[in-house]
Amino acid sequence: MKILVCITHVPDTTSKIQFTADNTKFDTTGVQFIIGPYDDYALARAVELRDQTGGTLTVLNVGEAETEPTLRKALAIGADEAIRVNANPKDSFFVASQIAHYAKEGGYDLILMGRESIDFNGGMVHGMVGELLNMPSFSPVMKLEVEGTNVKMAREIEGGKEMLEATLPLIAGCQEPIAEWKIPNMRGIMSARTKPLNVVEAVSNETQAEVSRYEMPPAKGSVKLVDKDNVAELVRLLKNEAKVL
Amino acid sequence: MSVLVYIEHSEGKVKKTSLEAVAFAKALANQTSEGEVTALALGTISSDELALVGGAGASKVLHASDSKLNDGVIQAHSTAVAQAFKSVGAKTLVLAKSSLGDAVAARLSIKLKAGLVSNVVELPKTDSGYSVKRSIYTGKAFAESLVTTENKILAIKKNAIDLKLDDSKAAVEEFVVTLSESDFASKITATERATGEVLLPEADIVVSGGRGMKGPENWGMLEEMAKILGAATGCSKPVSDIGWRPHHEHVGQTGVKVAPTLYIAVGISGAIQHLAGVNSSKCIVVINKDPEAPFFKAADYGIVGDAFEVIPKLNEALKAEL
Ligand SMILES: Cc1cc2nc3c(=O)[nH]c(=O)nc-3n(C[C@H](O)[C@H](O)[C@H](O)COP(=O)(O)OP(=O)(O)OC[C@H]3O[C@@H](n4cnc5c(N)ncnc54)[C@H](O)[C@@H]3O)c2cc1C
Ligand SMILES: Nc1ncnc2c1ncn2[C@@H]1O[C@H](COP(=O)(O)O)[C@@H](O)[C@H]1O
Repeated sequence: MKILVCITHVPDTTSKIQFTADNTKFDTTGVQFIIGPYDDYALARAVELRDQTGGTLTVLNVGEAETEPTLRKALAIGADEAIRVNANPKDSFFVASQIAHYAKEGGYDLILMGRESIDFNGGMVHGMVGELLNMPSFSPVMKLEVEGTNVKMAREIEGGKEMLEATLPLIAGCQEPIAEWKIPNMRGIMSARTKPLNVVEAVSNETQAEVSRYEMPPAKGSVKLVDKDNVAELVRLLKNEAKVL
Repeated sequence: MSVLVYIEHSEGKVKKTSLEAVAFAKALANQTSEGEVTALALGTISSDELALVGGAGASKVLHASDSKLNDGVIQAHSTAVAQAFKSVGAKTLVLAKSSLGDAVAARLSIKLKAGLVSNVVELPKTDSGYSVKRSIYTGKAFAESLVTTENKILAIKKNAIDLKLDDSKAAVEEFVVTLSESDFASKITATERATGEVLLPEADIVVSGGRGMKGPENWGMLEEMAKILGAATGCSKPVSDIGWRPHHEHVGQTGVKVAPTLYIAVGISGAIQHLAGVNSSKCIVVINKDPEAPFFKAADYGIVGDAFEVIPKLNEALKAEL
């Protein structure tokens, strides 16, 4: 089986989010970048499936040169090769168009992504690629088993889950508990240095909804503490002051 | 011309988040002179219930009542919405963010060549260009996206608009969609869903517990509070990881993102990844025995104390007041 996993290069979940003075760019000062946590679930499941069924596992990122350490990390976790589409990921449509093009070229049986990127949180790229390639797409997928060309999945819905059956090829946006995150070991880190990382160019420039400006939410006021022996006061405050009861 | 709204329903009722989407579409249509709001409902639901969507601002509801659409099969729903979009000559599709809505919106953006913005938090600015404000970095910031396509799709976040319902009734019309076998290439074989409970992603009040609750046997008092308040229950990630609570209750960066008017956190430390799922709440109450717990910095009200002492007392006080 040929598996493609699309990964994002995003600020660590503990990062302080800030923008440059004119609010047009993300401020990367002091920020550590990681594989998107949902993409990391997709990658972990893909490694398991590749080990189980054989075949190859390719990781792809649409991003500029600074994302290469993140792709190397994916290679260390167990991907066989990496592709970097050399472009600034301007909007979801732009990213989806690049992924669709290279996915078609590679003829993958299974394309795994994260449920959503943790920077733009669209949760949209997998569906767009699905429609562009005329393949079914599912998200958020919390369980995925492959037997021959049959795929059994569980997809989270509000307040529960649904069980699905479909056939390859397909696309899934993954979330826990599909697999446990994998930490690269020493051997993985060593071998990642020599695995192929191919840089390719963007195939189109078209965008539909680019960001023009960023904004921070207003600062939060300080907490009002209520004595633990006077809980009725809390109820009164919620009712009369906050007006939320 | 009209703005189309894809509405979802469950247990015979139109979801409140879908009514918000209709109200949002109505305000948008007024602002851009896009005419009327038409809603589209798929699968079995009563016409009387659908007529009530008029109260949120829709003049008409198209109802594709084919029972094959009862299950949320993503491709079939996308096909149906695309046909309705073309049939009413819409330029804009509005829908509420949801597990099914997101998946359908993404496919439609390609089908309809429509620029898509997700997590929309307020009405677009349309005086020069078309600029849409959305929440990014899991609620930690906002971005303005400039949509350049003629057709547009807006997937709105909960509470993007104040929902006020009146008594107006919408005209309900049967809408026939042409579905092919390929739309049903995937099959939903079973659904497990909590019934009768308030659903976490849509709840107005959420009572959430963390590792400080010590064990699943202690959730009774949180469930009691939820019952008094008509609230949904949530939890932190370690709590669902250890299996004290089901996975779909896990709130945060890698779980459900909630936007209730009131979020009550009991025995949760307030790690940044947990806060990422609750920072769109209107009011946050934190109960924790450690005065240094980081959650207090994100809270509006707090009690420093032992949950096992405070919660039973609080439940009594709530019962007395409500
Ligand atoms: C990539 C990534 C993603 C993550 N995603 C999420 C996520 O989506 N959601 C999430 O929740 N976490 C997430 N986490 C985990 C997160 O970092 C924290 O570990 C987690 O939120 C802690 O859960 P907790 O507050 O229940 O437990 P703890 O940190 O153990 O805190 C327990 C709290 O209970 C208090 N307490 C103890 N006893 C009592 C008592 N008797 N009465 C009152 N208070 C008491 C303690 O003072 C303490 O503050 C993620 C982590 C990573 C690295
Ligand atoms: N720039 C990118 N490069 C590769 N994959 C991406 C990129 N952006 C998004 N994706 C994939 O699409 C998923 C959903 O992203 P989004 O629609 O932005 O929330 C992510 O979890 C990734 O798997």
